[in-house]
Amino acid sequence: MTNVQSLYDVIIVGGGHNGLVCANYLAKSGRKVLILEANESLGGAATTREFADNYSISGCAHWLFQLSPKVASDLGLAKHGLKLAARNLNSIALAEDGNHITMKGDGVEGGGLSEKDQHAYQRFNYQMLKFSKLLAVAFERRAPKLLDNNLTDRMTLAKLGLGMKMLGKENMRDLLRLALINIYDVMEENFDNELLKAAICVDGVMGSYMGPRSPNTVFGYLYRRLGDVYGFKGPAVVEGGMGALGNALATSAMDRGVDIQTKARVGKINLSLDKVTGVTLTTGEDFRAKIVVSNADPKSTLEKLVGFKNLETGVVRRVSNIRMRGSAAKLHLALNGMPNFGGLTESQKGQRLLIAPSMNYIEQAFNSAKYGEYSIAPVLDISIPSVHDPNLAPAGAHVLSAIVQYAPHDLKGGWDSAREPFKNLVIERINQYAPGIKEQIVQSELLTPEDLEGEFNMTGGHWHHGEISLDQIMMMRPFPGASQYATSVSGLFLCGAGAHPGGGVMGLAGKNAAKEIIKWGKAA
Amino acid sequence: MKQHDETMLLATPFHSRIAKACEINQWDEWKGYTTPNAYTEVEQEYFAIRNSTGVFDLTPMMKYRIQGPDAENFLNRLVTRDIRKIKLGRVGYAVWCDEAGQVMDDGTIFHLGDNDYRLCAYTRVMDWLMWSAMGFDVSIVDETAEVAALAVQGPTSCSVLRSMGLEGIHNLKPFGLTDYPFGSGQLMVSRTGFTGDLGYELWVEPQNAEDLWDKLFSAGENLGIRPIGGAALEMARIEAGFLQAGVDFVPSEEAVRPGRSRSPFELGLDWLVSFDKPIFTGRKALRKEKELGSRYKFVYLDVEGNKPAEHSFILKGGKEIGTVTSAAWCPTAKSNIAFAQVESKYGKIGELLIAEIYYQRELQWTRVLANCRVIEGPIFNPPRRRQTPAPMF
Repeated sequence: MTNVQSLYDVIIVGGGHNGLVCANYLAKSGRKVLILEANESLGGAATTREFADNYSISGCAHWLFQLSPKVASDLGLAKHGLKLAARNLNSIALAEDGNHITMKGDGVEGGGLSEKDQHAYQRFNYQMLKFSKLLAVAFERRAPKLLDNNLTDRMTLAKLGLGMKMLGKENMRDLLRLALINIYDVMEENFDNELLKAAICVDGVMGSYMGPRSPNTVFGYLYRRLGDVYGFKGPAVVEGGMGALGNALATSAMDRGVDIQTKARVGKINLSLDKVTGVTLTTGEDFRAKIVVSNADPKSTLEKLVGFKNLETGVVRRVSNIRMRGSAAKLHLALNGMPNFGGLTESQKGQRLLIAPSMNYIEQAFNSAKYGEYSIAPVLDISIPSVHDPNLAPAGAHVLSAIVQYAPHDLKGGWDSAREPFKNLVIERINQYAPGIKEQIVQSELLTPEDLEGEFNMTGGHWHHGEISLDQIMMMRPFPGASQYATSVSGLFLCGAGAHPGGGVMGLAGKNAAKEIIKWGKAA
Repeated sequence: MKQHDETMLLATPFHSRIAKACEINQWDEWKGYTTPNAYTEVEQEYFAIRNSTGVFDLTPMMKYRIQGPDAENFLNRLVTRDIRKIKLGRVGYAVWCDEAGQVMDDGTIFHLGDNDYRLCAYTRVMDWLMWSAMGFDVSIVDETAEVAALAVQGPTSCSVLRSMGLEGIHNLKPFGLTDYPFGSGQLMVSRTGFTGDLGYELWVEPQNAEDLWDKLFSAGENLGIRPIGGAALEMARIEAGFLQAGVDFVPSEEAVRPGRSRSPFELGLDWLVSFDKPIFTGRKALRKEKELGSRYKFVYLDVEGNKPAEHSFILKGGKEIGTVTSAAWCPTAKSNIAFAQVESKYGKIGELLIAEIYYQRELQWTRVLANCRVIEGPIFNPPRRRQTPAPMF
């Protein structure tokens, strides 16, 4: 079946949140845009999933904490139905004895913390936010190229340089020193309380293939804290699950005249030599356009859709070297009642709950992944969104979602026989903190990185479409030589998390990409 | 094979014969092998190439066997020319570039069968081949040590092979390939070489190497056959206008300083670049170069006098505009030839330039400013090189 259509200026492969954001901006500039999404729902990792009858949960990302306020207001997301059921939530580091530590926007309490640690936390928090703000300067725009003498790029570099200088001598020295070491050492420098140290570490390693002692974890932490710069004093829960954000983005796009086809899986990006000409769906249907934007990760885009044969060797090498090994799994529980976490008040149960008793606990959990095994005692980031949004579950019932680390994508022996034992192990682990939860389970599911890869079409099941680390950010994202959203294929752009500034439900990759595509269109 | 700690250099399968013939015992290292620089007298060896037959052991040349359903597509992505034009049973010269359009190496591609090729190269290139193979269904095997090879070059070379019993060899066209049964295996003959003369290259299994050498020399006894070393070949290849990797260009992966590598256009190899074929590595950069212009131009120079312009500066109006990469007095053409790279705005055919030549006689250095003229192509280019059937003696 060949249906050659050339009705569109731009075809976007994948209706993930960045693809939708990109489509919005392109449509705003007058482009006729078509989005082709393989799945039934839109939003990519921002999705809601009914995993049991009348029980729904955010299927991949479960907190909203980095969405760019600029994107949200430009696109009128509130008008299009985005509502937060709760925001500025605290993170609570669970202790088995119920002596939990609560991290708020700018302070920390509980767990018998010393005054020294409380002070240190404020100081640390203040300094990290300063650094994250500096990072944000570079995130709102395309990553600068270092060699080309371009005014925009020089402005970005100048702003970064100036920002560094403005930090003051002490902070600047600290930034240069800390950025290259690991979060473990930084914690040792700052705090005494082990539970607090571990809880902060979690934010440095979440979603990555790293342990607290891995380099780049401080950067991972700063990256995470960008949310604070965007006005999130802690994570938020989206009403209706993260899928509601996907829907708001899609409605806003359709309002602007974007055409969207779901269940339309792109099998191939078509080229004429080094120029893009359109795409072909797995059904054989053809769509033509001079510009194709891929919301898929860079490996899927260039290896599977374009094909390594159609790229020069240098690009092939760099693409195949992108580090993107997913190691986070997702657990979903349908519960017939509110779980009983020892020492938590009812309202606290709706906060972000962390299970990571010590830094060595996290490191040991990571060790397993390093050797291709799942963690016997994994790190957990738990959300019970039904506390804030009762519609997710039947009356009186609840849903629980947990990000589980570490579960390596390439598990020794494969996931088929390991999925069930690992799920039970994780439930057992939660049960230690919430006794009796096992008996409350109506239904449960565990999505391994392999499942996430299949479900959300991301290589390695990596949320960020490539590790967020110093060697893979800015002009090196997704790989050196392909920055500024363009690829070596003329007319093919990347707009997903694999591109600068990276993953997290932020929307900036999509927004920045749109700007470059509009500029390119004018020049061409 | 001996372990590396038992011998500093490897010997080729012809070594027993070569060592015996190498009267002056003068050796060079070539890609880990010990090879003779000369057997007797360089001039005599040179004249064997031009007047009778010279035999050169080219076993150390890197040889890669490329096979599999994607072999043709793989090679077409690797090199800058259109590989589809090298038909079955033919050999083609090719260069391959990095992403910046800079020449990594040159070599010859033998089209042995359907999706079955052999790539002969100067540099070790396995890593690059493997990287380039990602996404292609091909197997790449380094068969350098599994194939022994001799170049048999000169006006009587066809007669030598005929008298060795290679029926019909005179009908083999330039850049053609053919096979003969030989001993326990096969002898592959290609009408190729590095001398610009009538000549052949012979490829056999190592166990048949000594037998091949013996049969060849006995067949050529009355036809002036003579083993030749690297020095004589060097003279012949300059006379014939062939580039030598590592001499006339720095393979781009070996170049340390920025700007020291060269594109095919800058080496006068425009004819090897095809933009009408599927994507190849370096295409983007080369297109850009084609649009914006090259930095350098490769020229052949006919230099006045008889002092080889080795490593000379090339001047124009007193200004330095380039350097010489290879130079030699060429006895057959009776001219003083140099290859030079000059700034791209210079070097038009017929243009008069100056070579600043330094030479030393008994510790005293002398400087000569020799006129030189840009000539169209190599000066040695005899008709017998192209004649089919090949002339007999």
